[in-house]
Amino acid sequence: MADKKLNIQNMIFKLEQFWSSKGCMIMPSYDVEKGAGTMSPYTFLRAVGPEPWAACYVEPSRRPADGRYGENPNRLFQHHQFQVVIKPAPKDIQQYYLDSLKVLGIDPLEHDIRFVEDNWANPSMGCAGVGWEVWLDGMEVSQFTYFQVVGELDVKPTMSEITYGVERLASYIQDVNSVFDLEWGNGVLYRDIFKQPEYEHSKYAFEESNQEQLLKFFDIYEDTAKRLLSQNLVHPAYDYILKCSHTFNLLDARGAVSVTERAGYLSRIRNLAHEVAVKFVEEREKRGFPLLKNAEDKKAGVENG
Amino acid sequence: MAKDYLFEIGTEEMPAHVVTRSVNQLADRTRKFLKENGLSFKDIKTYSTPRRLTILVEDLAEKQDDIDEVKKGPAKKIAQDADGNWTKAAQGFARGQGMTTDDIYFEELKGTEYAYVHVQKEGKKANDILLGMSEIIKAMTFPTKMRWDSNDFEFVRPIHWLVSLFGNDVIPVKILDITAGRKTQGHRFLGDSVVLASADDYVDALKDQFVIVDAKERKDMIVNQMKELVDKNNWQIKEDKNLLEEVTNLVEYSTVFAGSFDEKYLQIPDEVLITSMKDNQRYFEVYDQDGKLINHFIAVRNGNKNFLDNVISGNEKVLVARLDDAQFFYDEDRKYPLSHFVDKMKNVSFHDKIGSMAEKMKRVQIIGDYLAKRWNLPENVVADFDRASELYKFDLVTQMVGEFAELQGGMGMHYARLAGENEEVAVAIKEHYMPVTAEGALPETTVGSLLSVADKLDTIITFFGAGMIPSSSNDPYALRRYAYGIVRILLNEKWSLPFNAVLPEIVSLIDGKTPAKLPKQGEEDEQIALFIRDRIKQYLQKNNFKYDIIDAVLASSQQDPSQILAVANVLQEHHDDAEFKPVVESLTRIDNILKKAKFKGQVEVDESLFDDNSENELYAGVQNLQAVEDLADLYQGFVQLQPVIDQYFDTNMIMAKDEKVKNNRLAQLSSVSQLADRLGDLSQLVIK
Repeated sequence: MADKKLNIQNMIFKLEQFWSSKGCMIMPSYDVEKGAGTMSPYTFLRAVGPEPWAACYVEPSRRPADGRYGENPNRLFQHHQFQVVIKPAPKDIQQYYLDSLKVLGIDPLEHDIRFVEDNWANPSMGCAGVGWEVWLDGMEVSQFTYFQVVGELDVKPTMSEITYGVERLASYIQDVNSVFDLEWGNGVLYRDIFKQPEYEHSKYAFEESNQEQLLKFFDIYEDTAKRLLSQNLVHPAYDYILKCSHTFNLLDARGAVSVTERAGYLSRIRNLAHEVAVKFVEEREKRGFPLLKNAEDKKAGVENG
Repeated sequence: MAKDYLFEIGTEEMPAHVVTRSVNQLADRTRKFLKENGLSFKDIKTYSTPRRLTILVEDLAEKQDDIDEVKKGPAKKIAQDADGNWTKAAQGFARGQGMTTDDIYFEELKGTEYAYVHVQKEGKKANDILLGMSEIIKAMTFPTKMRWDSNDFEFVRPIHWLVSLFGNDVIPVKILDITAGRKTQGHRFLGDSVVLASADDYVDALKDQFVIVDAKERKDMIVNQMKELVDKNNWQIKEDKNLLEEVTNLVEYSTVFAGSFDEKYLQIPDEVLITSMKDNQRYFEVYDQDGKLINHFIAVRNGNKNFLDNVISGNEKVLVARLDDAQFFYDEDRKYPLSHFVDKMKNVSFHDKIGSMAEKMKRVQIIGDYLAKRWNLPENVVADFDRASELYKFDLVTQMVGEFAELQGGMGMHYARLAGENEEVAVAIKEHYMPVTAEGALPETTVGSLLSVADKLDTIITFFGAGMIPSSSNDPYALRRYAYGIVRILLNEKWSLPFNAVLPEIVSLIDGKTPAKLPKQGEEDEQIALFIRDRIKQYLQKNNFKYDIIDAVLASSQQDPSQILAVANVLQEHHDDAEFKPVVESLTRIDNILKKAKFKGQVEVDESLFDDNSENELYAGVQNLQAVEDLADLYQGFVQLQPVIDQYFDTNMIMAKDEKVKNNRLAQLSSVSQLADRLGDLSQLVIK
């Protein structure tokens, strides 16, 4: 265990610093509701096409069905992910990851760290990857994936994605049994910030949400996404796809979606996800894949200098 | 001179379940490759960890054998045309030997001149052939493969290094940008990289770097450490080969440790605790000397004993978090009566094209009631079945099964007991899933067996009705396993079910009760009967019945699995008896005559038309046998009757001139034939 207990914001600083030193940009959280860091455009859209990309960011991730009114010590309506994506995946990415744990005071020699098979898939977004969940003394603290398919497009070159479960890792580092006992920063506890929203969001998701309204929202968001896609407005279209996904999750938490309907909704989202991925690559190509050009210029600069 | 050849593929962590079979695959492919290339060797040893697949080829020859042979080709007059030009035949002959026509010379053999070549070839060196190991890597298959970097090449996980040593020499096999050398990697955290002087250093050099490359040795290490802990604490653990195998392939170096959790969690059902420990965390659950589950667990660390306390307390913390969750689900589920969950069954889809789970349960009740009546099951069984069929899928919508899908049935039983349902009902809820594998355990209770058969029958009937009929290669809903389960349960309970007669009745009973599409009479229902017949065949094959007996019993009109099995048993039992052959021959002779005469008349035999005593005797014999129910007795009856039949043939002209007499005799034979049909289609038997 780390000698001095690292609070959450210092933990995030350290991770940002570490990954910045490995060439990642530090991006802000993306401002549309989503279920996971993967769904940020900084991962989903940047995974497709030939352009290189390296970024890290904290992403609040909403999982309405996991809400427990703030009463369960480990399950949350909204948790936080620290997301690192690098394309092409560096050869030593596993070692980088282990080094990042050392930065957090977790010395592999003092723990049991394992890479346990977990091939990640998000069928509703047409995504699949190969990788592991990383176990720290039996606790899954990160998800480590080599993306193979995103939006039903082959990811080439391959992108590596590392997702740290911020609360999980912090509970380990701060040695608390409930996430609500975590220190976020400057002496302020997690409970003081998130206990009330956890209760309120759970109350909303399980009791107060209006199913008919949500069903309407879903249709409207879907229509809007389609319309925007037809106008090649990739990024606003993607925002509405995220809204579809979140609305579906709210419906699902309410138990409003039967097994049969579920498949229908997921396939509607998947179709949009595929289309937006295709459109994104087309639009980038029209612009000459700017990041690819940057990388080549940089490389040429190094070789000539 | 022969030397050992070491080949190691170093990767990122492979899934535990692919490690063993992949290293075996590597060995098999290498064996084939070396044989095809004419390189002799003694044996191939395999080593594997999550990060490496390794083979050691023992005593591999350094080169192929040299070739020094004279090969004879076509005669000269075929090898050359009139002008002395080489023919196609000659060119082909030379090419086939790896030579040209310039190498051909002629020699006389028994007065004819033939073309010859003298083939002299030095065997290729192993050093050159072994470079082809890269092709073996490329050919390997895995359940899931992946790309990395910008390559199209796929492997189970990214490859980081290759070791390829023939004795002391590096064979520089290449794959992507990696060239094999003599450097291998030790334990990810405890070890360093090592440079190997020779192939034979491999095992020991890696042991120094905290990698036990011999999977068997690693497994033994785990077993011994576990035994030590268990003995010290006076505990018991249950053998679990799969988990042990998995754990062995999750570590390169092992330290076994024990952890514990608060006793308060022991009130959660055992199945839930075990699933939390075993399936989610790969822990072994622990029992006391009385076999009671206790608040400890055993796990394996990929490392040594240093800082083991950290590891233990971390693992305990994780488990407690899981158990808190389980406790939450358990408490939540128990807040509601069973009816709360049953009501939700109408929103749970059984299958898009068929309908809801509530509808399925309704059909299953009708089917089960029908079967119970058929089998004269006692009233209390019927009452318990009816209750169970109202409930039995309810646990699918409990939170616990939502979280731990593998607990379906088991949780239902548990919650039904808590709700005060009677024991038969509770157990049937669990047992209706059985057998869960083809040869898995069968339900032990009558109610469970009935529910299982009714549930599976409904599934098969409605899937066939909706046109989702399994093909030989594709059976996504495991209908074969269900049908096989039905057959096994029927046989186990000695329940008779002639499918051809019963299916239309069942279909008409459930017709219109739910919106599901049902099999059409004379079409899908006959397909179902054939489908089930194939499962009976599978059962007989599995139980080592002779193939001709299987053909004989399945070719009869009998469709009741119990009867078919009974016939097969009788035939198998007497197959090698002295009387078997004459009995079968007599009976098939009758069938052949009937077939030849194309007799389809009625079977009423008119005694007044008899004019020989043998006719009376046969008539009396058949009358006696018609009353016999037991098939073994029936067979014995035929043994007695066989001389009578032969006598009958000897003294009577079957195809008599008098049409009336002829038909009467055919009718008499037909009555024997109908009796014999109960023993299957005897013409299928191979009689020696």
